[in-house]
Amino acid sequence: MRPSAVRLLHILVPVKRAVDYAVKIRVNPDQTGIDLNVKHSMNPFDEIAVEEAVRIRERLKDAVKSIKVVTIGPPKSAETLRTALAMGADSAIHVELPESTPSPEPLGVAKTLKAIIERQKEGVDIVIMGKQAIDDDAGQTGQMLAGLMGWAQATFASKVVVDAEKKVAHITREIDGGLEELRCKLPVVVTTDLRLNEPRYASLPNIMKAKKKPTEKLTPADLGVDLTHRLETIKVTEPPKRVGGAKVENVDQLLAKLKEAGFTTRRA
Amino acid sequence: MLPLRLATRHSLFRSRRWVQSIPSFPHLNTVTEQDLAHFSKILPPTSILSTLPPRATPTDDLATYNVDWMGKYHGQANTVLRPRTTQQVSEIIKYCASQRIGIVPQGGNTGLVGGSISLQKEVVLNLGAMNNVRSFDPVSGILVADAGCILESLSNYIAPYNHVMPIDLGAKGSCQIGGNISTNAGGLRLLRYGSLHGTVLGLEVVLPDGTILDQLSTLRKDNTGYDLKQLFIGGEGTLGVVTGVSILTPPAPQASNNIFLALPHFKNILPLFQVVKRQLGEIMSAFEYIDRTAYDMALEHGLGPILDVDEVGDAQCFVLVETSGGNQDHDLEKLNNLLEHLMSADEPLIYTGTLSQSPSQFASIWALREGLTECVQKEGKPYKYDVSVPLANFQSVVDAVRERMISKGLYGDDGISKVMGYGHIGDGNLHLNVIAKHGYRPELEAALEPFIYELVASHKGSVSAEHGIGAMKAHALHYSKSDVSIEWMRKIKQVFDPLNIMNPGKVLP
Repeated sequence: MRPSAVRLLHILVPVKRAVDYAVKIRVNPDQTGIDLNVKHSMNPFDEIAVEEAVRIRERLKDAVKSIKVVTIGPPKSAETLRTALAMGADSAIHVELPESTPSPEPLGVAKTLKAIIERQKEGVDIVIMGKQAIDDDAGQTGQMLAGLMGWAQATFASKVVVDAEKKVAHITREIDGGLEELRCKLPVVVTTDLRLNEPRYASLPNIMKAKKKPTEKLTPADLGVDLTHRLETIKVTEPPKRVGGAKVENVDQLLAKLKEAGFTTRRA
Repeated sequence: MLPLRLATRHSLFRSRRWVQSIPSFPHLNTVTEQDLAHFSKILPPTSILSTLPPRATPTDDLATYNVDWMGKYHGQANTVLRPRTTQQVSEIIKYCASQRIGIVPQGGNTGLVGGSISLQKEVVLNLGAMNNVRSFDPVSGILVADAGCILESLSNYIAPYNHVMPIDLGAKGSCQIGGNISTNAGGLRLLRYGSLHGTVLGLEVVLPDGTILDQLSTLRKDNTGYDLKQLFIGGEGTLGVVTGVSILTPPAPQASNNIFLALPHFKNILPLFQVVKRQLGEIMSAFEYIDRTAYDMALEHGLGPILDVDEVGDAQCFVLVETSGGNQDHDLEKLNNLLEHLMSADEPLIYTGTLSQSPSQFASIWALREGLTECVQKEGKPYKYDVSVPLANFQSVVDAVRERMISKGLYGDDGISKVMGYGHIGDGNLHLNVIAKHGYRPELEAALEPFIYELVASHKGSVSAEHGIGAMKAHALHYSKSDVSIEWMRKIKQVFDPLNIMNPGKVLP
C-alpha cells in the first residue's frame, strides 16, 4: 500500500450485537452466564462509532471513499449490520458464527479484524470502534488490534478531526482533569467515548436503501482465525439482594434493634 | 356576543383566585377537634394529618394533599386521613355521614380537573396507604388489588408473570388504580385494550353511608341484574369510595416496535390512519398525533431530535405508531411492508420518519410523546382541554382557538404564548393545550371559555374525553350532556348520596 496524495480514505467500523442497555439483566439458572433470550441491539459505543464515520464523510465529502461495517456473531447480528447500513455505512461484512456460540474474546476479535483488514484490496485507513461493549466491558479490542497491526491508536475519543490530505487525525481524549490532544498518522485505530456524538435515528428512506446495500458473509475458517476461548467462566452470580429496612414505633425499639445488630454504646 | 346567561356566570369565574369561584356547602360541617378525636379512635396517629390541635400538623405538610400537581387548585382541607383497610374507610364514612362532614376521596392527586381537591374544608380521604396486591392469577390474568396501589407498581408486580396493565398513562409513577377507575382514565393503551368499563371485572366500594358494597368479582361474564360497578367507573368519587379493584390484565406483548412519521399537512392524517390500520391490522397498539407547535416545543426542551431537520422541513404534524405483537419477525415484516408502501407511493403521505432500531430508541420515541405534558408545564401555566372531536377537526379546533386569541390581541409572550394539540388519533381524543407564559389571567380564561366548549359542542364532541369533569368542568357538563341526562345523573347521585357528602361540588353543576 503506497501512500499518495490522491488516495481516498477507507473507514472500517466493527460493531457488536449486545443485550440492549434498557434490558434488566438476569443470570441464567445454570449460572454459566446471563439470560440471552432478551432484546438485543447495537452496542451503544459502536453506534457512536458508526455515527462518527458518517459524520467524517459528511465533513470530508468525497475524500471518504467507503465506510464498511463488520460484525462477528450469530445470524441475528445481520440486524445490527442493517441498522449500521441504515445510519449511512456503504457495505457490510458478517463473520457468521453458529447460533448460541459464545461471543469471542477480545484477542480473537482483534485477530479476525486484522484478517479482514488484510483482505481489503484498497486497504483501510481508519478503524473506528466502541471503546468497549456493554455486555462484557472488556475494553481491549481496539488496543489489541492497533498492536497487532502496528498502527497508531487513539482511545476514548471525544473529538475526531481527520485531515485527508495530510493523512493525519487529530483526536481529543477526555482524561482526568482535562483534555488530551493527539495527532496520529493514518492508518489509525480510534475508540469512541460516550461524548463523541449523539447517534442519529435511521430515517425511513435510509432504512429502505440499506436493504439494497451489499453484505459479505464469511466464516472464521475463511479468515484463518481460531476463536476458541482462552478463558474459562467458572460461575456467574447476582450481587446479594438488598434487605429492606423496617419501621420502629419508638426510640426504645430503635435502641433494641441497634443492640440486636451489634451496635453498643462506647464512652469516650 | 355571549348570551347573557353565560356572560353573567362567566363574571363569577373572572376572579383571579380560583377558590373564590367555587360554591359553598351550607349543608356540610367542617372537621372540628371533637371529630379529630373520633378519627383517632379509628386510625393510628400516623394515618392522620390535621392542622387542628392537638395534632397541629404544619399547613405545608398538607400541601401534597391540598394542591394539585399543576399548582392550579389550592384545596382547603384541614384534615387528611390515610386509612389502611376497607373497614377503616367504612367507619370514617359512617361517622362523616352522621356528622355531615364532606369527604373528598383522593388517589395520587394527579388529576387535571381538580376532582381530588377539597373545595370547602371537606376532609381528604387519601387511599395511598391501601397499597397491597390481594391476588393475581397468572393463568386468567386477573389482578385483585387495593385501590391505593400505584399503577406502575402494579405493572412491575405482574411483569414477571408476563402480563401488562390494560391501562398506561404518563402519570403512571404516581397515579393510583383506584383513582384511574374513579376517573375512568384513558391513556395510551385504550386503543388496544379498550376502556376500564370493559377491563374492570369487579369493585369493592364504600358507599356514602359507610356500607361496604363488595362486588369484587373475578368473573368475566356475570349478567345478573344491573351492573352497579359501572357507575363508580368514572364516578369521580361522587357516589362512593373505591377501595378494591379486580381487573383483567392482558398477556404482555412479546414484540414491540414504534415508528415516528413526519407529515406535510394535516389532511394526510386520515388517509395515513386508514393505510396503517389496514396494513398493520391487529398489531397496531397506538396511533398518536403531535402537531408542529408541540413537536418544536419538545425539541426546545431537549427531547429528540428523532428526525433529521432537513428531512422534516415544513412538516405540519407528526404521528407515532406503536405495534405490539407476539412475534418480532412477523411484526417487522408487516412494518417493513407498510413503510415500503408509504415511501414508494407516487404522492407520499409522509416526508420522512424512523423505525426504532433498539429498545432504547423505542423508549426515546415514546418519551417525546409522553414528555409533552411536562414540557407544557415548564412553558408556563397551561389551560388544558381534553376533548373528543371528529378526527378531521383536530387541527381546525386548535387553529380556531389560536385565531381567536390573535383576534382578541391576547396572543404573544404576555398573554397566550402557545396553542397546541396532541393526542390519541386512534381514540378521537385531542389534548388542546393553551399556554399562558406568565400565568393564569381572568381575561385569558374569559376568552377561552366557553368559546372552546361551544366549539367542541358544535362538532358534537365531548368537553372531557378522558380527564373527567371534576371541579373545573362541572359548569360545562351541559355542553356534552342533555338536560335529561343531567337530570338522571342527579337522581342517581340522590339515591346513593342523599346527604351530598361525597366529593361535593364535583361533576354535577
